[in-house]
Amino acid sequence: MSLALIVILPFIGAPLAALMIRAGRNACAGSAFAASLAAFVLLLSHAPQVLEGEAVQAGWTWLPGLGLDADLMLDGLGFLFALLILGIGLLIIVYARFYLAGNDPMGRFYAWLLVFQGAMLGIVLADNVLLLLVFWELTSLSSFLLIGYWNHLPEGRQGARMALTVTAAGGLAMIAGMLILGDIAGSYRLSDVLQQREAIQASPLYLPALWLILAGCFTKSAQFPFHFWLPHAMAAPTPVSAYLHSATMVKAGVFLLARMWPVLSGTDAWFYLVATTGLVTMLAGAFIALFKDDLKAVLAYSTVSHLGLVTLLFGLGTPLAAVAGVFHILNHSTFKAALFMIAGIVDHAAGLREIPRLGGLARAMPLTAALALVAGASMAGVPLLNGFISKEMMLHETLQAEWAGSRWLVPALATLAACLSVAYSFRLVAHVFFGRPREVLSGKAHDPAVGMLLPPAILVALVVAIGLLPAALAGALVTAGGRAVVGGPLPEFELALWHGFTPALGLSALALLAGAVLLKAYRSARASWAAGLHPQAKAIFDAAIDYLLDLARTITHGGHNGSLQRQLAWLVAAALVLAYATFLATPHAPGTRDTLPLAPVAMVGWLLLVAACIAVVALHRQRLLALVMVGVIGLVVALGFAYLSAPDLALTQIAVEVVSVILLLLALEHLPRETPREGSALRCLRDAALAIAAGLAAGGAVWAVLRRDFETLSGYFVEQSLPGGGGANVVNVILVDFRGFDTFGEITVLGIAALVIFALLERDRPAGADGARRQARAGAAPHSMLLTVAMRVLLMLALVVGAFLFLRGHNAPGGGFVAGLVVAIALALQYMAHGLHWARGHLRVDYHVPLGWGVVVAAVTGMGAWVAGYPFLTSTVWHLELPLIGELHVASAMFFDAGVFLVVVGACLLALTSLVRAGARRGEAAPDRGLAPAPRGET
Amino acid sequence: MELLVATAVGVLTSAGVYLLLRARTFPVVLGLTLLSYATNVYLFAMGRLVVNAPPIIDARAVSHTDPLPQALVLTAIVISFGMTAVIVVMALRSWFASGDDHVDALPRADAKEGR
Repeated sequence: MSLALIVILPFIGAPLAALMIRAGRNACAGSAFAASLAAFVLLLSHAPQVLEGEAVQAGWTWLPGLGLDADLMLDGLGFLFALLILGIGLLIIVYARFYLAGNDPMGRFYAWLLVFQGAMLGIVLADNVLLLLVFWELTSLSSFLLIGYWNHLPEGRQGARMALTVTAAGGLAMIAGMLILGDIAGSYRLSDVLQQREAIQASPLYLPALWLILAGCFTKSAQFPFHFWLPHAMAAPTPVSAYLHSATMVKAGVFLLARMWPVLSGTDAWFYLVATTGLVTMLAGAFIALFKDDLKAVLAYSTVSHLGLVTLLFGLGTPLAAVAGVFHILNHSTFKAALFMIAGIVDHAAGLREIPRLGGLARAMPLTAALALVAGASMAGVPLLNGFISKEMMLHETLQAEWAGSRWLVPALATLAACLSVAYSFRLVAHVFFGRPREVLSGKAHDPAVGMLLPPAILVALVVAIGLLPAALAGALVTAGGRAVVGGPLPEFELALWHGFTPALGLSALALLAGAVLLKAYRSARASWAAGLHPQAKAIFDAAIDYLLDLARTITHGGHNGSLQRQLAWLVAAALVLAYATFLATPHAPGTRDTLPLAPVAMVGWLLLVAACIAVVALHRQRLLALVMVGVIGLVVALGFAYLSAPDLALTQIAVEVVSVILLLLALEHLPRETPREGSALRCLRDAALAIAAGLAAGGAVWAVLRRDFETLSGYFVEQSLPGGGGANVVNVILVDFRGFDTFGEITVLGIAALVIFALLERDRPAGADGARRQARAGAAPHSMLLTVAMRVLLMLALVVGAFLFLRGHNAPGGGFVAGLVVAIALALQYMAHGLHWARGHLRVDYHVPLGWGVVVAAVTGMGAWVAGYPFLTSTVWHLELPLIGELHVASAMFFDAGVFLVVVGACLLALTSLVRAGARRGEAAPDRGLAPAPRGET
Repeated sequence: MELLVATAVGVLTSAGVYLLLRARTFPVVLGLTLLSYATNVYLFAMGRLVVNAPPIIDARAVSHTDPLPQALVLTAIVISFGMTAVIVVMALRSWFASGDDHVDALPRADAKEGR
């Protein structure tokens, strides 16, 4: 449990810190510190076990089907990293409290920092490959947020975007590689995967997996040629640079190299890929660092170089090189984080970070200068400091390496890099703190507050202590870490300051000497550098991204240029290709079912329908005419339903037809009356071809179905309709009883549709006074007396018909849908005859009300079944003996149908009145004309 | 008889698809309406064609046609009405906002007045 808590505590601390900022900046930093400290203490409580070489494990099943379990493991390697993450994290939290300016949003800073911390801990403690990947992506994301913390600075935003693009792209590659690895090993549990060295290296997929995983590691750890994002990430606040971009996140890549070392290393591919990349990175980073002027840029490139060094060590593939790598990770974190913090102090005190404009700061800030001197010397590899020991171990290991038959290449280049490293380290210290003081700065610069000085001081103390007593202070840690990397016992080794006069010592001395000489000749070296070629990674990156975006845009616009017509054409075409491909690829026997005889009346209907279809297409530019034709088609379809034993459908279709035509007429009132002639003949031809193909497919499918016999589950419905549902009209019983839940969903959708219409049109509401004036004018307009009277009479009649249809619906054609539509039409007719204003005065109904109540009634009816202990919408039938009327079956489903009725009435009228009102507000259709179409000339 | 229904569905689909691909909103709405008819009849036809056998329990009735497709189609009719209504109102809004009834019309900056 405590293992999980170590990972979880920062995630708890993140929202806490974000909230605590309301209680002040100290409370905010304090809560972040407390969360990290708790995790740190928990971590230390595992130290005895882990340093003995044990791995602490804990795990919970999460998604076993995916092989994703929340398994955690704390071994020597994970312990070392967690120690760095939490230890340096604590120092950074203190440092940042004093670093951030008063107007920087501190809560956000600590929240993101802690999210990052938790994600890092997740990476180093994960014992499941997939879990590790989740945390890996989370570090990319939180790092993005932290780099872009000063989001008002364009460099911050660009740097954040670049870092995210590069590391996330690598992360994607790594996911693929890890999945391959898990597939070979047959498990996503890391400790299982790490046992499968032979199987993995024998697999033909070893190389692809290696490439993909290395892509992830190298992008994260800023290895050449992906190193360019790290200097740009320096736009982040300095605590972030110190934490993420020196001590932790960029080390995630080398952590993974170390983690996967037991299964991936030891092959030629590993050696040449990893060691070469490391060597090149180390050299290139050190070289560029020497000629950068920005303090943080120098540190960034030096970090690139040191990460290359660690990569080289893991790439060499020998156990002792791995130990040296682990040791250097520790050492680099201490001196580099200290140097970053010092850079931040200088920036704060002097207001600038340009080395040529700085100098002689030692006099003004002696304490800072002393710390810088020690940390810089450690980076250079000066004896008595920890950087010296691991660097000498590195040189010693390179002497054993043979690169393509050459025994001198690796040590020579490593020594050259070491020499460059000496030069930039000395330059950093000498040109900033010593030499001639600059006038601009005198009086301004001073040593910072204790809170800012203490964190680097603690790190520098560690630098010296480990340098003097390496075995006593770091021996156990490095041994446990090294053992975890190698995955077995280590050969004899000793962390010591003095190994005697070895060749490595000679190389070390050579590097120090040459570095000092190089710095002496800095001016001329700089001149020759300036004359050279400097490819700008940012420009190349931006160009590549621009190119990719253009490419994506071109491809997207090819099929999707915002034109609805084109999209629909693609949609139809795709559906047709699928349908025809399936049809043509499978054999078909001709149908055997007997056909019905051809009735003359059906023939007439068919002719009418086909003629109307042709007319709609041919005359669609004259919209009113086309609408009339559509009405004709709807009627023919309704008659067809009636003829083919579907009276309910016929009724519904006719009623819907009327409402739809009214609705479309209303819309046409405002829309142009004619469609202009548009589109080339070619386009019309293309559309016609698509249309004919679609028609053939649909018609052919119907023909094929109709010529075949079938089995249906409807027998059950027909049998149970009367006994189970209490109704003789099977269709209605299915709707309100057997499939009541579907109907419930459907009326909800209908209600939502009406509300959408209402919302769409009410948004259009103009200023109140204007609307009121128009309505007053509308009320005064005259109406046709004949129509008015007729409609009032018709209203009564229609309401009776609606009630009749509703009541008989359960046993004969009818039901809530049809009844609702009929009543809606009757009410709509009143609007048509009397105008909106009159109708609103006399029919004081807000149609939201029946709409809402309808859904409620249906739902309550359904829930009534719960009372009796049955599932939702179970129906029951009561038999009543009434005087005069006789026996009456009352099914509970009838109440449900009443809900349907109310929703249909409410939805139809809400839609229609919204439309009318919108038109009235537009002042384009005089509202007193109601629903009647305007004479042509007027608009 | 079957051939009539099949060809009717084909013709309705063709007309619907053709109108669906037009450039102005109103024909597209009509096209959708025709396509809904076609789809409803298509669904209905899955219960095969039967004359004079409505699915209403009656002692005198000899047989009943399949009620299930009818129930499905009944809801489909109402839902396609809802869809048509929403689409036509969207077309109207687009026209109000842009003064253009092209399907790809974008709202104008000065779209206070309709046309």
